[in-house]
Parts: sequence; structure tokens; C-alpha cells
Amino acid sequence: MKDIKIQVNDLSLYYGEKKALKEISMQIPANKVTALIGPSGCGKSTFLRCINRMNDLIPSVSITGEMLVEGVDIYDKNVDVVNIRKKIGMVFQKSNPFPKSIYENVAYGPRINGLKDKGQLDEIVETSLRQAAIWDELKDRLDDSALGLSGGQQQRLCIARTLAVSPDIILMDEPASALDPISTSKIEELVHELKEQYTIIIVTHNMQQAARTSDHTAFFYMGELIEMGKTNDIFTKPEKKQTEDYITGRFG
Amino acid sequence: MNSQLPIKQTFTKESLKKQFRLSEFLAEKIISSVAFLSIAIIFLIFFFVFKESLPLFSFGNDAKAKTEIQTTTGDKPESYGTITEDLKPESYGSETTEELKPESYGTETTEELKPESYGSEPVSNDDLKPEAYGDTPKEDLSVASSDETMDAVSENVDGADRTWDTFLSTEWIPVSDNPRFGLMALLIGTLKVTIISMLIAGPLAILAAVYTSCFASNRRKEIIKPIIEMLAAFPSVVIGFFAMMVLATFFQDVFGYDSRLNAFIGGVAMALAAIPIVYTISEDALSAVPKTYSEASLALGASKSQTAFLVTLPAATPGIFAALLLGVGRVFGETMIALMATGNAALVSVNPFESVRTFAATIGSEMAETVFGETHYSVLFFIGSLLFIFSFALNAIAEFYVKGRLIKKFQGK
Ligand SMILES: Nc1ncnc2c1ncn2[C@@H]1O[C@H](COP(=O)(O)OP(=O)(O)OP(=O)(O)O)[C@@H](O)[C@H]1O
Ligand SMILES: [Mg+2]
Repeated sequence: MKDIKIQVNDLSLYYGEKKALKEISMQIPANKVTALIGPSGCGKSTFLRCINRMNDLIPSVSITGEMLVEGVDIYDKNVDVVNIRKKIGMVFQKSNPFPKSIYENVAYGPRINGLKDKGQLDEIVETSLRQAAIWDELKDRLDDSALGLSGGQQQRLCIARTLAVSPDIILMDEPASALDPISTSKIEELVHELKEQYTIIIVTHNMQQAARTSDHTAFFYMGELIEMGKTNDIFTKPEKKQTEDYITGRFG
Repeated sequence: MNSQLPIKQTFTKESLKKQFRLSEFLAEKIISSVAFLSIAIIFLIFFFVFKESLPLFSFGNDAKAKTEIQTTTGDKPESYGTITEDLKPESYGSETTEELKPESYGTETTEELKPESYGSEPVSNDDLKPEAYGDTPKEDLSVASSDETMDAVSENVDGADRTWDTFLSTEWIPVSDNPRFGLMALLIGTLKVTIISMLIAGPLAILAAVYTSCFASNRRKEIIKPIIEMLAAFPSVVIGFFAMMVLATFFQDVFGYDSRLNAFIGGVAMALAAIPIVYTISEDALSAVPKTYSEASLALGASKSQTAFLVTLPAATPGIFAALLLGVGRVFGETMIALMATGNAALVSVNPFESVRTFAATIGSEMAETVFGETHYSVLFFIGSLLFIFSFALNAIAEFYVKGRLIKKFQGK
């Protein structure tokens, strides 16, 4: 694993008194897809949200340990959280387009970064939508409300919206959990294409999806990182018994 | 044995037969009748108010004109704080006795004796009951000269038509030999106060709401919100008193205008009354915006304020719009504050520091002194109807037109 993008050292997270992440240490490689798997409530979302500091929004959260992104501890006092989130985009489990037009949804990110030029905005909107494989479906209705789209379209729109600010790292929390197989496979293809340019971390409950899309897989259980390695290795010859049980569905 | 077993569900015609559920039926009927009753009450109130103004619509009706009674008057609003008297005629049925009872109170008084009936009708009797008002800022009461009373007698015979003609004038002199009901002056006064107060209350309340729902910590929010809401329960007479005694002096020192009580003071005071309403409803609208929107925005690297103003606020537009409308409604119909703080002179000007007289204040101050069935009385009820119609229209426009456009503008088609 050369080219480490994110280095996590002994990261623990508390919701009030409750310890939801326990001394996580791991390395996430650049320009690869890393899948986070594990049973419900094991802390995958919590961990993912640590990476772009979305947990800051929850008042009761306290965090110890280090989260180094390209060598910089993002929890350092001098680091501006807004700048982190510009570099580390996030796609949520439930698609959440703004109640604005399709165009405005995608243009929002560039706009808040101060881009005003209409021509440039148009261009970004088009490339982002193309990257998210939804341009052909939406190009004639860019002024329609995004809320009128289907769930799968909304999710891809949200991906386009994230791509529009050209982040370094993209975090995806079960991006396809509410989608039909066709939309799901579109998103999986998309993930596959995007990893050329981005480092992607994806949470999923779907073992096949993890196996298909990811290069590395991390297995979480009860707030602990049990095992992490090449997806192929994890799925064919896991080192830990818990991992094997979970993957083969003999968990419990 | 079989009879002890629970009855097995079968789909026979019998088991699927429509059932009559009494409690549900009653609940539905009661709820719908209460709903319709409240709607009916609203219409009845409107109807009553409007009915009283009906004489205005009987054009050229002589009988009407004849019952008009001239009263004493002055033309110009005058000083406050001095004691003035208004002599009020009241007519009773067909009695033909007349009594003149001038009585003076206080130190400074002017007295006037009322002449009797006009035209050919020997019917009306005037009972003169001068009443003294303390230092209420009231304009229609003023010094009148008895010679005026005489000239006007002949002028007023053509009744309703003439009244209508005066509606567009800018003078509100309802009690005079030649009464003028310049609704324009009142309309402009009302609009002026409303605009001033909404210009103050709107931004303050909305920004406060944005602060509490998007920036403040939960603990602060829990303290701030109830406190502002408590303001809503403030009696308007207290706000009016505060405006009259404190704000008026303070702003006069700051801006140095002439009339102590004016549209601006009234606007500020009414803003105090409108802020809690606008705030509460805006805050609810903002808090109802799904957290996922702001999360999405923050995850894109937007700052807190960008998120608040570019995502949360636009998403809450319909609710905030409704809040502003309720604020306008409150200010529009606010009577006590208008009476106490606006100066009550029906002046027409663009200067915010001139006194104005609002619709509601006019009804509030004059209704008690007007004579039943007189033109003035009808006009006051007509104003009441106008207030009704305005708020209906406001809501209708908001509901069907503006809201749709706003939603389109901020949220896409
Ligand atoms: N805001 C919160 N306050 C308190 N506890 C929380 C909060 N969010 C999550 N938790 C707890 O932290 C633990 C991990 O939650 P998390 O959402 O990370 O699980 P997850 O692995 O994403 O589960 P799922 O697969 O169901 O999404 C759970 O026990 C959960 O109850
Ligand atoms: Mg989760």
C-alpha cells in the first residue's frame, strides 16, 4: 500500500459517554475504492463522517486520536472545517438534493466557492452531470425541480453535485441502498470510473457490491476495526473468524 | 364445541357488510359542524360590518340625507395635551324636545350649542353632551366656531353621492358641517405605518429566526425562543404606552422631528408587536427544513452562513412568507398602538415623521362618538369592511399567486 491518502491513528469517538469507535487505526490508499462493511450499528457511518468532520454537527460528540489526510491532522485546532469539506465530499445514504432546480443543485458548490461566470458554471454542470452518467436523462429539464426526479436520479444528481466542487476524496454512505438494481449498477460503474481521479470510501451492506466495486475492504464490528485488506483477500481468505462469519452470512 | 372456538373470518357477503360506526359518525359530524360554524361566524361578522355601511350605497336616497345630523367640528387636528371638547348630538326616535346641556370640564373648554334639525324634517333632536377628553391625542375634537355650523346646513342634503365623492379626498373631517371622509388619507396613513413597521419587523424577526434555528446552540435556542414568544402575549396597550412615553422621546432626540407622535413611532411600536409573530412562525418554518439539506450544503464546503442563507432560508420561503403576511395582518388591524403612538392626524405626506391616522385607529376612536345611522357611522363600518376585504385579498394573493412564484423562484419548477 503505497500512496497513502488517509492515515488514521487510534481514533476513538464518543457520543456523550458512549464509545462508538474504539481506537481505529488504518490506512486508506489514494485513487482506490475502499469499502467499509459490518453489521448495523457497528460505526461505519460514524467513522465515515469523521473523515470530513460531519460529526462536528452533533454537540455530544468528542473525538480522540489522529486523522491525517495527506499528512495533515484534520482535527488540529488550526484546520478550517469548511476547507476540509471542500476537499472531502460526501454522498449520503438518503439522496438529499436541495429543493432547487437541477441546474442550481449542481451549480451550488461552485457558486459558494465564488464562481459567477455563467459559461463556466454551465460547463461544470454539464461535465459533472456527464460524469455522474445522468446528463442524457436530464439535459432537457435542467430548470425543473430536483425533487421531481426519481430516487435513483436524485442520488446520481447528488453525486454530480459532489463532483462539481472537484473534491479529492469522496465519501459514500450506502449510496445505492434505496435503489433498484439498474440504478445500483449505474452507480457502481460510476464508482469504478471515478476512482481514476478520486479516492473513494464507500459504506455498503451489500457484500457483492463491496466485492465488485472496491479494491480494499475494512470490516467493522462493535465500533472496532476487525480486519482490513485487499478486497480479494478479505473475501477469499479472511484472517479473522468474525470476518469470515459475517461475509458468509453465518453471523450471530 | 364449535361455538367456543373463535369465529373464523370468512368472506361472506354478511361479514363484509357495511357497518355503521356511531362514534366515528358523530365525531365526523361534530368536527365538520364546528368547522363550518367558525367559517360562518367569520362571514357573519363581515356581513354585519358591511351591512352597517350599506346606507352609503343608497345613492340619491333623500331619506338618508335627511337623517344626517350636523355636528360640531373643527377642521384641523390640533394640540395634544389640552382639553378639548366635542359636542355630540344624539338623536332619539321622534321626540321633539330639545335640550341643550353644555357642560364644561377641566380648565380649558369651548362650548357650542347645537342647532337642531335641517331640511324639512322636524324630527331630530339633539342632545348635546359635551365630553371632555384628557390628554388623549385626538384630532377630531377641536374647537369649533358656531358660525360655521350654520352655513353648512344646506350643503349636506344630497347624502350618499356626496359622501362617495369625498372618499378620494385627502381630508378626513368626519364631524363637520361639511364632512369629508377622505379614506385616501387613512389608507395612506395605514400603508405608511404598515410599511415602516414591516421594514423594521421583517428583517429583525427573520434574522433572529435564522440565528436561532441555524446558528445558536440548542441551549441558547431554548432560552431565546420562549422569551421572544412571550413578547407576543404583551398587551398592545403596554407597547403603545411604552412607545408613547419612551420611544417617542428617544427618537425625537435622535432625529429631531416636530410631531412627537408620528408614523415612524407607530411603525416602531407595531414592529414590536409584529416581531414575535413573524419570528415564531419563521422559526418554525426554518426548523421544519430537513436537516439533510443543511448537511448536504455543509458537506459541499459551504460555511454556516452560506448554508443558512442559500439553502435553509430559501427552502423555508413559503413559511416565512406566511409569517410576514401574518405580521402585516397584525399591524394592519392594530388599533391600540395606532391610537397611542401615531399621532392620529390624517395627514398625507411621504415624510415618515408626520402624524398619520390609520383605519383601525379611526374606527377605534370614533365609533363610540358617532351617531347610529349617521353617515359617519356608516363610513366607519365601511372602513371595517375594507379592513376585512384587504386581509382577504392579501391572503388570496399570497396563497394563489405570490407563493407559487416564490416557490418557483427559489425551489425550481
Ligand atoms: N447522533 C448519535 N447520538 C448517539 N449515538 C449515536 C448517534 N449516531 C449513531 N450513534 C450510535 O453509534 C453507533 C454506530 O452508529 P452508526 O450510524 O455509525 O452505525 P452504522 O454502522 O452506520 O449502522 P448502519 O449500517 O445501520 O447504518 C450505534 O450504536 C448508534 O446507536
Ligand atoms: Mg450507517
